[in-house]
Amino acid sequence: MTPPLLEIDNLRTWFYTDSGVARSVDGVSMRVDAGETLGVVGESGCGKSVTALSILRLIRAPGRIEPGSAIRFEGKDLLTLAEADIRHVRGNRIAMVFQEPMTALNPVFTVGDQIAEVARIHTDMSRKEAAAKAVEMLRLVGIPDPERRATEYPHQLSGGMRQRIVIAMALVMNPALLIADEPTTALDVTIQAQILELLADLTRRLGTSILLITHDLGVVAENCTRVIVMYAGEVVEEATTSDLFRHAHHPYTEGLLGAMPRVGGHAERLATIPGTVPAPTNWPAGCRFRERCEYAWERCEQEHPPLYQIGEGHVSRCHLAVEPERRANRHVPIAAQVGAGAA
Amino acid sequence: MRRYLAGRLLQALGVVVFVTTLTFVLIHLAPGDPIGQALQGPNVTEAVRNEWRAAYGLDRPLPEQYLRWVASAARGQFGYSFSQHRPVRDVLAESLPRTLLLSSIAILFSFGLGIGVGLLQAERPRGARDRWLGRVLLLLYSVPDFWLALMVLILFAYRLPLFPAGGLHDSVTYAYMSPTGQLLDRIKHLVLPVLTLTMLSTASIARYQRSALVAVLRTDWMRTALAKGLSWRQAVRQHAFRNALLPTITLFSLTVPTFAAGAIFVEMVFSWPGMGFNTVHAIAARDYPLVTSGVLVSSVIVVITALLADIAVAAADPRVRLS
Repeated sequence: MTPPLLEIDNLRTWFYTDSGVARSVDGVSMRVDAGETLGVVGESGCGKSVTALSILRLIRAPGRIEPGSAIRFEGKDLLTLAEADIRHVRGNRIAMVFQEPMTALNPVFTVGDQIAEVARIHTDMSRKEAAAKAVEMLRLVGIPDPERRATEYPHQLSGGMRQRIVIAMALVMNPALLIADEPTTALDVTIQAQILELLADLTRRLGTSILLITHDLGVVAENCTRVIVMYAGEVVEEATTSDLFRHAHHPYTEGLLGAMPRVGGHAERLATIPGTVPAPTNWPAGCRFRERCEYAWERCEQEHPPLYQIGEGHVSRCHLAVEPERRANRHVPIAAQVGAGAA
Repeated sequence: MRRYLAGRLLQALGVVVFVTTLTFVLIHLAPGDPIGQALQGPNVTEAVRNEWRAAYGLDRPLPEQYLRWVASAARGQFGYSFSQHRPVRDVLAESLPRTLLLSSIAILFSFGLGIGVGLLQAERPRGARDRWLGRVLLLLYSVPDFWLALMVLILFAYRLPLFPAGGLHDSVTYAYMSPTGQLLDRIKHLVLPVLTLTMLSTASIARYQRSALVAVLRTDWMRTALAKGLSWRQAVRQHAFRNALLPTITLFSLTVPTFAAGAIFVEMVFSWPGMGFNTVHAIAARDYPLVTSGVLVSSVIVVITALLADIAVAAADPRVRLS
């Protein structure tokens, strides 16, 4: 078996804030295989973006990646690389596409210059060759009249166009891995579909693996081969996409699926998960989802669940794996009991 | 763009008219007049003074005097200086280049230094270097300008007599020096006033540049720059710097007028016979033509720099350029 392209092992990224240590990413492990698209889903604040930034070591003070974490990529541990060597990985072997195309581009440089810059950093191309490369990339991402567009500034382009620019920038060096952090969240629905199609098409042609971070299970269903569900700084479930949609195990995943609108579904109200994600400075002991869970019992309070093996390539961080009969015991979660949390 | 420029020019003209009118009225309202100052002796009777006032038109109503002054100034006639006994135009032609020399060197140094220091601070906000430079800047920023000028004078001209205490050049030996010697002598006389002015304005420029940069460092596109593979230093110098320079261009146009005002103290302390020095003496002598014309020239300079700064911002910022 070939080793995975990217392997994150027990990643812990903590932020040392004035109100305590925020354990935003708290022991996350995952792998991305060559050529696959891995989806990472979860609510805001679950640690998915921090995980993405940690891969390229773009975490800034007061954040810190704790010792004992490892991120192996192409045979190297990115966390122990020298500063100059990690820079060689950034934008070159691993590229990123960010959520906000409005603010991800520098307002005072032309988009052509900003794309060409990547080539100038990682190759010894001349200014002219890099500029030609930028135009070629613009054409690749489907921007009409690329020669003219290259001389324009970000504010002259629409949101969808800007996201295409960001994608062009990310693919200049033909990276092995593309980290896309909510690449379509800020865009109109019709543009979302176009951008995702573009990403899928390009990466398939170039053989790029994608780590697709999103809070939208619909996006996962259409684009990913495997899914990781994160909650409160941890992985709570991992499965192939079809497995996850058919046999979700973790109550949190169930909740996410229930909150998804479906075409042809009953016109009932969408289900919601009661309560909110706890504060990362103070994760609850035991199971971190316990207070919002319909099945929680004493064990969930006392024992932090490990990742149980459910099936092949399917793991879940829920005690239901060893006490499946508890699934019959549904009740109103603590977080939804009126006045319960007030005391 | 043409309409914008025309509008701005009209606005600039309005400012100049307003400032000179205000100066004209205020200086005429001040007690005393040039004749009273010039002919003070007990042997001169009030009748003689009045005769002179009539000869210079100072007995006419104020609006008439004002219109006459405007009409002649518009034709380039600035009148005759009562206190210096020569045409105002000659006085200005002599003192304006001196002030321009002094302030342009100081502006060059203080912007170079201020931008550089701000950059050094912002590279590691709240680091040791940032904190120490910040303390020094705050001190310089808070010190009154005349006090700093006097301290510099005492330290480097008196305690440690490294540099001359004032003047443009050595009043006795200058005429006998070789051309190189003359140049060196002039430079020596420039050192202390330039040093004082530079210290005074570097502080505010650096503080401004630092905060502009620090604000820019938190933006998403700085993260994009790092994700591309640039080092922190490259990202700061190539991406953040250009954005943070925009507010500094505006600061430049705001600094020029304060320079004119701050330069008054410095010119006085170091006896530098430039515009500020002249204006102070002209006010004391109630030399109406010299005061009003001096203010007219300074306000034109200020207005032109403001206009140039606006154009420079438009050239540097694509978002302004197109809207």
